[in-house]
Amino acid sequence: MTSTDPDSASSRRVVVTGMGWVTPMGHDIDSVWRRLMNSESGMGAITRFDARTFPTTFAAQVKDYDISRFVRDASVHATAGLNSQFALGAACQAWTQSGLGNYSALNKKRVGLYLGAGEGVVDFENYAASNIAGFDEATRTIDGVKWADFAHKAMNRMCEVEQEPNMPLAHLAREFGARGPALNCLTACAASTQAIGEAFSLIQRGDADVMISGGTHTMIHVLGVTGFNRLTALSTSKGDPTKASRPFDKTRDGFVMGEGSGMIILESLEHALARGATPLAEVAGYGSSADAFRITDIQPEGRGGAASMGVALKQAGIDPNARRADGRAAIDYISAHGTGTKENDSIETRGVKRVFGEHAKDIPMSSIKGMMGHLIAAAGAVEFITCVLAIREGMLPPTINYGTPDPDLDLDYVPNHARAAKVDICLSNSFGFGGQNDTLVVKRFV
Amino acid sequence: MSRRRVVITGLGPVTAHGVGIEPLWSALCEGRSALAPMRGFDARGFRAASGGELPATFDVKEFVPKSYRKATKVMARDIEIAVGGAATAIKDAGLITRGVDPDVAPTIAPDRFGCHIGAGLIAAELDELTAALVTSRDANGVFDPSKWGAQGMQELTPLWLLKYLPNMLACHVTIIHDCQGPSNTITCNEASAGLSLAESQRVIERGAADACISGGADSKLNPMAYLRQEHAGRQAICSVDDDATSVVKPFDVAAIGGLVGEGGGLLVVEAEETAIARGARIHAGLSGTGASQSWCEDTVGLLPDASGESLADAIEAALRDAGVSADDIDAIIPYGCGVPALDELERAALTRVFGASVSTKPLVTLAPIIGATCAGFGAIAVSVAAKCVSEQRLPARINSTNTGSLNAVATASESRALRHVLVCTPSLGGQNSAVVVSKFN
Repeated sequence: MTSTDPDSASSRRVVVTGMGWVTPMGHDIDSVWRRLMNSESGMGAITRFDARTFPTTFAAQVKDYDISRFVRDASVHATAGLNSQFALGAACQAWTQSGLGNYSALNKKRVGLYLGAGEGVVDFENYAASNIAGFDEATRTIDGVKWADFAHKAMNRMCEVEQEPNMPLAHLAREFGARGPALNCLTACAASTQAIGEAFSLIQRGDADVMISGGTHTMIHVLGVTGFNRLTALSTSKGDPTKASRPFDKTRDGFVMGEGSGMIILESLEHALARGATPLAEVAGYGSSADAFRITDIQPEGRGGAASMGVALKQAGIDPNARRADGRAAIDYISAHGTGTKENDSIETRGVKRVFGEHAKDIPMSSIKGMMGHLIAAAGAVEFITCVLAIREGMLPPTINYGTPDPDLDLDYVPNHARAAKVDICLSNSFGFGGQNDTLVVKRFV
Repeated sequence: MSRRRVVITGLGPVTAHGVGIEPLWSALCEGRSALAPMRGFDARGFRAASGGELPATFDVKEFVPKSYRKATKVMARDIEIAVGGAATAIKDAGLITRGVDPDVAPTIAPDRFGCHIGAGLIAAELDELTAALVTSRDANGVFDPSKWGAQGMQELTPLWLLKYLPNMLACHVTIIHDCQGPSNTITCNEASAGLSLAESQRVIERGAADACISGGADSKLNPMAYLRQEHAGRQAICSVDDDATSVVKPFDVAAIGGLVGEGGGLLVVEAEETAIARGARIHAGLSGTGASQSWCEDTVGLLPDASGESLADAIEAALRDAGVSADDIDAIIPYGCGVPALDELERAALTRVFGASVSTKPLVTLAPIIGATCAGFGAIAVSVAAKCVSEQRLPARINSTNTGSLNAVATASESRALRHVLVCTPSLGGQNSAVVVSKFN
């Protein structure tokens, strides 16, 4: 029995023991990290559908991905949507690194899942055809009977069921036999940061000893690109797509869509140590807040982001306005939400200053979205992993395409080139459309 | 270390019987079903032409302040249900928020007020989307993405996407009522609302908020979402000529499937000490929650785990969390949708937990009265459970006549001593949720 007395729950420390990702820049931790250190880009033309006439024609797509390299038996997951496929690849890497697969005493009822997974991809061709077939030109409405008649023949049952946002959970549970608490949250671009935070909270509470957590998503499809184009959130830059995402640069004009998955294994420290696992880092704090401001706009002073950062730091026992004994600021690195939209990057900068005051300028803050694109629900998990790598490798990933400073954005954005640094404590921000703000603090395990 | 206790102070169910707990409670006690032929769209082409639709009088504008009326244009039905439920629960809880009265100081600090809402996969309104799609057909009448990209997509309102993101339920609710605390959107099909209530409990326990608007909302009454329910094996065959009020027979040997009901609800859940400090009326205690994941042979759970083992694990976790034993549970509200495979899963799980005494535990079956409410279920069921323990009364049951070992056949409402009521559900996808609602002393 590996369970823990819930009465000691409040003091339970939580560590990371495995990490994996499937990204537009590759499908394993080491090669993607090298490419991030080299300031490379995962952007290119959209090939999933004919996007040549769309306002935005490019994205950061996952390339040459083969799920059978990761799972034990791909036929079990034959109906999986792209989101579940990405999730499986990332989670298998994390599971392998954790060594849990070889731990015979593992109680799978104490292994939970908390994902921030996006919905599956609409079967657009059949969906559009059904809608057009069911449309009554005279009334300009859908005739339910005609629609149903066509859709019953055109649509595939499994393809529809697999679009439910909790299906990545189901696939991971099947792959690893996890039987503990299982949840999926979908708070847009904040989802997987929030998932990791709540997974951390579930272990602290004593509801599980191990949590598989992270996110997965793709919105690189007709309606996804349409939706973000209509919101004018995407970059519509002409020319080289690798230069389109320009977080914190004065000429930034929107984000570039990415896709993929980041997954981690979280574990109570005692569970990890009892089985001789090596903690990669420790989750120290988590904060969540809502802007409660407007549907499309972020609260302009950065109130919501400052609130989630403040709560996470407080939980980690960190005073943002104090210096450490060696003179360093309270933390060593901020993984910014940094989408490259005008609004986000300004307000995030304001929020960071609100929290760290005069120390903000001494804390490097970069956005990997310039290289990786915006993985939407999966972005936070991938960025959390880069924070763990920054601690372990002593390197900070750069904000690429930074050429024209914005006078209002005056923090250290680690422009264009990776940088060596002593990194012990990182903060990772994710802010979602709709006003959810989530922050994680992760630190070196000692 | 003693845990912060969590209580229920506001109820805001939104169902085919209308808004608020009273119309629902009356219908449940009278055994009056609201299932009827669909008005919102012509469902005659589907297995089930009937379901549980909100009353035609439901108007979301009644639940938003004047200054926010414009935003109702970008609310999918699911969002409307959540907004209506939230306003109702907050009023029931006696809280003043910005949404109740912008000119009076709120009685809950915005940064201590969280929001957790279970949501479904929201299907786009097809009339609106298709009117745009048809502008981009090629010579053969087939959708042409190059026409769409160049021009057609401009037919959609700029905020189109925001009608359908699941987190927009919480987005609108948090804006209207100024909830700046932790906010989340749980998307685990039928388990969503129960898991949201569990998350609120956890958030309040860890001190990140003092109160939360919590629950879930879902409307599958849209051709696309409705078809997905068929695909998931949830729908009975029921023509417009059939009496929909007698179709759904939970746990009955003659059960033929379910009917979908739109709805859900929000509750106000609160730390016991802050509820008492403000003199709130407490409906019930939210005393324990549990969750688990089922092993599904077909991965996604179309063939539910017949052993019921994982749902039983979730129930046992909830009992432990509440500090009660199986003997202390006096009534159970299962999902009980009348789909034989799901009902059998629940029967197996309840039998594992309660053993032979399961036959002495009255079940409350909501599905014949309001339909299977999907992601909204847990919120409605916990609201009903709270009413059961506060009224010390069991609602009526209808339709089922032979339910074997389970206490679920048709019966009249009765007054009854109820200490703890269990709410539980499995889900498509395999997530299970259980909640223990307790009489507040």
